[in-house]
Parts: sequence; C-alpha cells; structure tokens
Amino acid sequence: MDNKTDKPDLYTEVDDDNIAWLHFDKQGSSANVLSADLLERLYEILLEITDRKPRGLVILSDKPNGFIAGADVREFTRLENRDQALDAIQRGQAVFDRLAALPFPTVALIHGFCLGGGLELSLACRYRIARDDRGTRLGLPEVRLGIHPGFGGTVRLVPLVGALHAMDLMLSGRTVDGRAAKRMGIVDHALPERHLRTAARSLILDPPAPHKPTRLQALTNHAWVRPVLARVFERQVAKKAVREHYPAPWAIIDLWRQYADSERDMMHAEAESVARLIVGPTAQNLIRVFLLQEQLKALGNHPDYHPKRVHVVGAGIMGGDIAAWCAFKGMQVTLQDQSPERIAPAVKRAYQLFKRRLRRTRPIQEAMDRLMPDPDGLGVERADVVIEAIFEDADAKRQLYEQLEPRMRPEAILATNTSSIPLGELRSVLKNPARLVGLHFFNPVAKMQLVEIVRDEVTDADVALRATTFARRIDRLPLPVTSTPGFLVNRILMPYLLEAVELESEGVPAADIDRQAIRFGMPMGPIELADAVGLDICLHVAENLGEHFNVEVPQRLRELVNRGYLGRKSGQGFYTYKKGKAVKPAIPKTQHSSDEIIDRMILRMLNEVVACLREKVVEKADYLDGGMVYGTGFAPFRGGPLHYIEDVGADTLYQRLNELEQRAGIRFKPDPGWKDVAGFASSETTMSE
Amino acid sequence: MAAQPNPLSTGRPVYVVDGARSPFLRARNKPGPFYASDLSFQAGRALLYRQPFSAEAFDQVIMGCVMGAPHEVNIARIVALRLGCGDKVPAWTVQRNCASGLQALDCAAQDIASGRSELVLAGGAEAMSHAPLLFGSGMAAWLGAFSAARKPVDKLKAALAFRPAYLKPVIGLLCGLTDHFVGLNMGQTAEILAHRFNISREAMDAYAVRSHQRLAKAAEQGYLDEIETLYDADGKYYDADDGCRPDSSLEKLAKLRPAFERPFGKVTAGNSAQITDGAAWLILASEDAVEKYKLPVIGRICDSQWAGVDPAQMGLGPVHAMAPILARNGYDSGDIDFWEINEAFAAQVLACLQAWQSEDYCTRELGLEKAFTPIDESRLNVDGGGVSLGHPVGASGARIVLHVLKVLQRENAQRGIATLCIGGGQGGAMLVERVA
Repeated sequence: MDNKTDKPDLYTEVDDDNIAWLHFDKQGSSANVLSADLLERLYEILLEITDRKPRGLVILSDKPNGFIAGADVREFTRLENRDQALDAIQRGQAVFDRLAALPFPTVALIHGFCLGGGLELSLACRYRIARDDRGTRLGLPEVRLGIHPGFGGTVRLVPLVGALHAMDLMLSGRTVDGRAAKRMGIVDHALPERHLRTAARSLILDPPAPHKPTRLQALTNHAWVRPVLARVFERQVAKKAVREHYPAPWAIIDLWRQYADSERDMMHAEAESVARLIVGPTAQNLIRVFLLQEQLKALGNHPDYHPKRVHVVGAGIMGGDIAAWCAFKGMQVTLQDQSPERIAPAVKRAYQLFKRRLRRTRPIQEAMDRLMPDPDGLGVERADVVIEAIFEDADAKRQLYEQLEPRMRPEAILATNTSSIPLGELRSVLKNPARLVGLHFFNPVAKMQLVEIVRDEVTDADVALRATTFARRIDRLPLPVTSTPGFLVNRILMPYLLEAVELESEGVPAADIDRQAIRFGMPMGPIELADAVGLDICLHVAENLGEHFNVEVPQRLRELVNRGYLGRKSGQGFYTYKKGKAVKPAIPKTQHSSDEIIDRMILRMLNEVVACLREKVVEKADYLDGGMVYGTGFAPFRGGPLHYIEDVGADTLYQRLNELEQRAGIRFKPDPGWKDVAGFASSETTMSE
Repeated sequence: MAAQPNPLSTGRPVYVVDGARSPFLRARNKPGPFYASDLSFQAGRALLYRQPFSAEAFDQVIMGCVMGAPHEVNIARIVALRLGCGDKVPAWTVQRNCASGLQALDCAAQDIASGRSELVLAGGAEAMSHAPLLFGSGMAAWLGAFSAARKPVDKLKAALAFRPAYLKPVIGLLCGLTDHFVGLNMGQTAEILAHRFNISREAMDAYAVRSHQRLAKAAEQGYLDEIETLYDADGKYYDADDGCRPDSSLEKLAKLRPAFERPFGKVTAGNSAQITDGAAWLILASEDAVEKYKLPVIGRICDSQWAGVDPAQMGLGPVHAMAPILARNGYDSGDIDFWEINEAFAAQVLACLQAWQSEDYCTRELGLEKAFTPIDESRLNVDGGGVSLGHPVGASGARIVLHVLKVLQRENAQRGIATLCIGGGQGGAMLVERVA
C-alpha cells in the first residue's frame, strides 16, 4: 500500500473506531469484476482482517461507476469441462462462506452497479446499504447468460426476502434501484451519498438484528408451499423460455424446490448446477452473444465526440421514435416536419415512452422538455447530428439535403435513416459528399438495440466513426455495414420472410409457420413479423432487393397489398387483428413436415448470410452474428447464424440447399461463398455435381 | 398632478429584440392542458431557439404570475431552469394582479436602463383554468388539531370536532377576482362604470362583436405570428387563440343574462374578458447586448407609469396611468399611432375612452387643464383584445406590449401605448416606439 505506483486491487484501512474499510479498486479496469485472482486475494485479506479483530468490516468500491459488476465473463469461456467449472465455483463459494462466517458485523456499501457476484458478495455480508440514486442497480442477471447465481446467491437471497422477490430477480435477471431493493428487503438502507458512511458506521457500532423476511415471505419457503409455488413460477417461465433452449431458469426453480431446507445441500447443488450449465451449449452461446455485443459496443469509441443536439427531419413513426429515443437518452432534440399536425402524434408517442420508462413526473417532464417540435427547422443550425427520416424517395431526400447542408455546422453529421437507397444516389447534391452516413434504426426504435451504420468508400472515415460513437451515446448497438442494397439485416431477413409467405401460399397455415419459427428460437414468427412491419413496406423492400438479388416476390404478397391488407396497422394482413392483437386460428394437420417448413425458411436466411459474408457487407464474421441476434432476435441461444452453421456443419446445410434447389427452385441455389465458410470440408459428395 | 420624471428617459435605452406568446386557450370548466409553467416554457423554448445567443446569456428572468399552482412557487425560476438558462441566471416572479406581465417588463426595463442588466427575458403567464379550490380556515384549524392530537382519546375528540361545513370549497378564482377591500367582484366594478358613464348594454355588446371580428381578421391575415404552437402529451396541438367567435353578433349577445348583477345588470359573459390560459415573453436588451449579439431590434421601451384609483372603479386605471406619460412627453392623443387598452370589460374600455375626452374628468380627477382629444377607435385594439382572446392576468400585460410593437412594425408606424386596468384600483401603462 506504501507503493503508490503499484496500487493494489484491494486494500484495507482501519479507522479510529477500529472499523476495517475494505476497498475494491481493480487496477486496469473501469469496473470491479470478480476474477479468480481477485477472489483469491479477497480470501487472504479476509484472513488478515480477522486477525486484527476489528469491531466490524465495511466493504466498498473506489470505482465511480459502481460496486462490483459481477464475475469476469471472459473467464467463463476458458472453462474446458464441468469439473474445472465446479472447482472454480466452489472456490468462490468458499470465499463468500468465509465472509459470511466473520465473527463481527459486516456491511456492503453499495453504489452504482452491484450485479451477479457483486450482489452475492453483499448477500454474504450481515448488512447492506445502497445509494438511492437512479444509477444504483442491483440484480442477479446470470440467467441472461444461461446460468444462475453460483456463489451462494440462490441460497442466501431466498431466506432473506422470501421466494417471490428472490425468484422475480433471479428468473428475470432484471435489476432494481436502491429504493426498490429496500422495499424488497434486500438492503437495510437506501440513502443519499451524504449519509452512506455514517449509516455503515452506525450499523457496526450499534448492530441491529439482521433483516428478516415478513412472516408471509418466510412462508413461501416452507416445504409444503414450495411445490405449489414452484409450479406457478414454472408456468411464468414457460411463457418466455423453452426448457430445452434455456435451461437456467428451470434449474433455479428446481434447486429451490428440492434444497431450500438445507443451506449446505443447496450450496452444493447450486455449484453442481452452475457447473453443468456453464459448459453447456446455451450458456456458451449466450456468453458468446454477450461478448459479441461488447465487441460492437467497443466500435463506437471516438474519445472526444460528445454530441448534444440532434435534429430529426420527418416525424413519422421512425423519425418520431428516433427523436423520442434521443431525448430519452439525454440529447437536446428538435423534430421537424411540415406542420404541427404531423409532429403532434410523435410527441404523444414520446410521452408514452417516457412515462413507461421513467415513471416519475420530473424525469418525464425533463425528457419532454428536451424534445422540441420544430416545424420551422430552427434546430438545424445548432445540431451536432442531423437525421433525415422522411419517406423513401431519393428526389425528396436530395432536395432536403440541398436545403439542410448550407445551414448545418461544418462538422455536423448528416445521417439518413433510409433502409433501401444507397448513399451514392443521395449525396450528389452535397458540397461535402463525404459527410453523408446512414443511421439505420429498426422499428420499434425503443426495443431494437441495433443501428446499422451505413458507409461506403466515399464516406469520411471519421464521420463513420462519429456516427458509430453517436449510436453508443444514445445507448444503441452500432453495426457498421456497407451501403449495399438492404444493408445487412433486411437483406438477410427478407428471403426468410418471403419463404414464409411462399409456404403460406402453398397452404401451410400461417400460425403453423410462426409456431415453427418460434420453436426454432425466433422471437416472433415471420408471418406475424411481416404483418407488424406492414405488408406494403415488406413489398417495397422486397421489390427493391429484387432489383439487385435473386429474390422473387411472391404473388400472394402483392395480392394482399392490392386488397389493402397491410398488416397490423390496417387491422388485416395474413392475420386479422383485434385491438392490435393477431387472431390466430387453431392449426389443422398438414402434410408439410415441420422440418421442411423450418428448413426452407432458415436455409434461405443462412444462404443470404453466407452471401453477405462473401461480399463483406460487414468487416468480421462475428459482427454478422451480433447484428443478426440484436437486429432480428435470431435465436440467441444458438449464438448467431454463422455459429449455427458451424454447429450443424456447413457441409450438411450446403447439401440440403442443393436438394431444395432441385426440388423447389433456383431460389435455393447455394451461394458460392459456402466453400469459404468455416467447417466446410470439401468432401467428395458435396463437390461431385 | 405632480410632474414625475420619466425613469426610462434618464437611463440607457431599452430595446425589445424579439417576443413570442402561447395561443390563449379558453378555460372550459375544467383544468386546461397546461400549467402556467408549461405555457411559458413552450412559448419560450421556441423563442430562445431562434436567438443567436444561448439561454445562459440572460442576466435575469422576470415573470408576472398571479396564481401559480402550488408547485410553481417563484414560477420564473422554474421556467428559467427548464429553458436551460442554467443555475447562474437569477429569476424572480412579480405580482401586480392584472398587470403582472407589464410589471415584469417594467422591472426588466428599469434594470437595463440603470445598467444593472444587459439582456433580460421578461413576460408573464397564467393558467386561470388551474386556479385552485381551497379549504377554508375552519378546515385548516381542524386538520392541524387532528394531526397534533397524540393519544387515541385525543384523536377521537379531535375527529369529533369536524363539521361538514369545513368541506365547502373556496373557489380561488372567484376570490382572486373579488376586491377584498370594497367587497365587489370585478364585474361589479364594470357595472359601476357603465352606470357612471351611461354606457348601454348595446354599446358593450357592439364593442364585443367588434373585438371578435378584429381578432378573427388578424388571425386570417396571419398578423398573429407572435404565437408559438403548443403540444400536449395526448398528441394534440394548439396553434391559435380558441376563444374567438367570428360569428358573434348583437342578437346572440343580447340573449345572454347578466353575469354579475342579476337581473338588471348589463355586464355579461359575452362582453367581458374570457377566463383563459396563456403566456407571453419579450426579450429586452441594452445597446451593448444588441451590438454584441447583432440582434434585430423591433422597438424601444420609452416610458412607463403606474397609478392608483378608487378600487370600486378600477377600470379607469388606464386613464390615470396614460395621462402622465402623455403629459410629460408633451403628447396628445394624435401623437400615439396605436393603442392597446386591455379589455377586461367592454364597459370598462368604453368608460376609459369617455373619461379620456371628458373635460370634467380630466380636470377634476387628473388635474389637467383640459381633456385629451378622443382616441381614434380604428387605432385601438386593432386585432381584438381580452373580450375575444381572453385575459390570463399574468400574461396580458406582456402580450399587449408585444402586440402593439408588432402592429407598429406592420403599419410602419412610430409610437404605441399599452395599458391595463388592475383589480384593486390601479392602472399601468407603457410607451413604446418602433426602431426602424
């Protein structure tokens, strides 16, 4: 500790009252993560502290962003087998057991992120205090990585607050702020910064009885009650996660049902369960997806770019929702359209978003105040980013750019939200053509994390980097793509949707198609998705792509659009809609096998994936997987489409495509890129044709 | 009348560089879509966005507001912060009843003239539809006693002391519009003026019809570009004054019953100012600020005056406030190109016009040697007034000053005056000039 240049990850100070203050400050990292090394060191320090016989111990973090963000996810990927995993988990459990067994009061002083292993560490303390600001988030998000708490979290949380709160947190993986945690009973105090240390000292100098659940909460853990409640939890989980795809939440319920009477047994079973899950395909794929997300996030890393003002032109669904999202994320936003009449509905949608997400009056008002309806376009001059989101017409867009450019600050970014027009066609009118970039958001903006950053060889590299960074500043996930038709996501999604339409016109019930897709792991069936996007828009995109690629537009789609059946927005598409919900008829038996249905849809998608990889629409194969998972919800537990190809085997899929081409037509013709896909063995059978 | 110095002629010139207001929204028997702070925030946000300086450049923000909602104490500070003026720009709220908005401008002008400020955002707002319902002091005393009681027995005793009469609400708006001193509501003071100056019901109604017609024409001609559109959370927008009834007629107005003194009174809801929500802002600047930011100047504030009159005849306040301004500047009516006399009541404006030209009134009440020449009604409230677009008490003063400047600009005219009568027996007036 004397050596200032080599600061330790953990250090202890003992104050005049003989209270030990243990600081977490992991070097070379912006957040405290519980790596194996750090846990090892924690164990040693706890032994040292015990020898000093302090009156109590306070654990706190020196990081401005939070307490402890959880375990080191990267270490998970290095685990080779179940035994190795079990060993690592049990060592962690031993450290926390040591903490829980200390003979003096212990307090976790929590601010900012307190997630996963971080919360489990605090649960091993006798008391917990959380800061009461919005930035303080407590939670056990392990389930999102396909595992569950492994350092005693499942064991210690349930008896502390009862099964309802505990299961809510563990099964959903959601986080709560300090005040909510206090209401649940997870923390003993939720306090402003100015009272934190005083409260910690007071808990140690005058220790009250540790928190106990209410009688009703305690009853939830009774041996007779658990089997009944477990079934309720299972029914809730079943709505969101199929057991074979996502085993972790089911494992949490099993653990609790079987072992909640014995802490020792449960601890052991918890470790066994996590060890089993963590080396399984779901966890490994979800961890992969998590790391893909981190990779994409890291792309928006312009250090000095901090845009504050955004001007959006076009207050339709996309433009309005982009503006609302930017305001929600703290930008000063002006939203321009031709008249107040066109902007007003966007203000309403913005209010609904803010109300849903912010709940409290003041933050809602602040967000509303940041969003200025701007029919006169006053915001252009001051904007750091101008986003054009008007209808898809190259002439109209060019005309608009001609008016905008002379009024824009020279360093401001001009971005288009076009989903189909190449930048080359739009920039001809610009004095500085290199400033145009695409920011392609997806609908609904507030739900879809991904934003395609569209650039081509003319786009200035710094502009592209700033656009990417802007996406991060509004907490979206940037995916740099080339300015080729359909970019990445729509281009890959479209063959899959069209094949679904084709299947439907062949007589496969729409509901059956959707069910198969959901069974595969898609978040929504393709037919319902087409209805949600709007059939006219689907047709427009399909026709646009058809000009460039081997895409036939099914007659059925044209027919529906001609009849005015535009999907959910018109109340009738493939499905009929009542109050915005699809009425799905019961599925009759058909001669189509479910394998055939899913094969045809997914293979067309995968074939396009390979084509995009070959054409280098994205720079790295990993980006493609990340883009598809976050842009379309492609079955996350499968780790992305390319990873799926690797898992199943490129050869096998290539062969199936060949068969389908013979049987169902040219649209299944395998892309030449298949031969370069990892795992494609140039065996005799596949090359024989 | 003792000669008063013109405080604004001795100091630095005070310029008006821009201004904006919300549409004036008529109260419809329920709280309107916006609080006073929302009205002034939305009007001010668009106004500030078109300025070449940032909101932090103001030296202060001053607002007039009579009855802010409970969460709007010192509403000027709340709005200044929402507008992005930042922590360091002080803001304060002034109250001179119906002329609160004019008071804000006067304070701002004085501070610029004296060299204290360079750039000030000043105006006013009122959401009269949000005027509170209050409990009387009986209720307050009971509630206090009840919560102070500690033991169960005492609690029970305290509870039993409750009387249903405590629940009777005090209507804040009626209270505010009643002169506590003489026990008359504002409508009654207008009845007194109608009686004194022998103003007929027909004359009042004719005046009201003209007010509506003038406002309708102004809106149609696009003269009201001072209005900034408001948006609410339900996806509605408000881009025009909604109290205007272009189809108003003498026949229709004749059917209305007296609003204040039944059955023989003459003042009706139709020939009185409407209960309305609205906000207005002006940006006032010193010469230095104009040069520093290269601001376009639309006018100059040249003079202002406050005067007291009999509370029972508060409607004559404008006469008493305007007279000294004209006297010390050596003007007669003909030197003023356009007039804005706030229309609290048609009867009250008509009474002012009569008093202004009455030898008897001017000599006896104002101490002048002779009467003023009559005010040309074609130059008075040319685009309507309180009767047609309403009188949100905190905002009206700022609105009429802004609007008379707009009229001077439009008509290429030189000099204008804006004046209001003030409940409680006062008048306020401001003399402005266009700067070409």
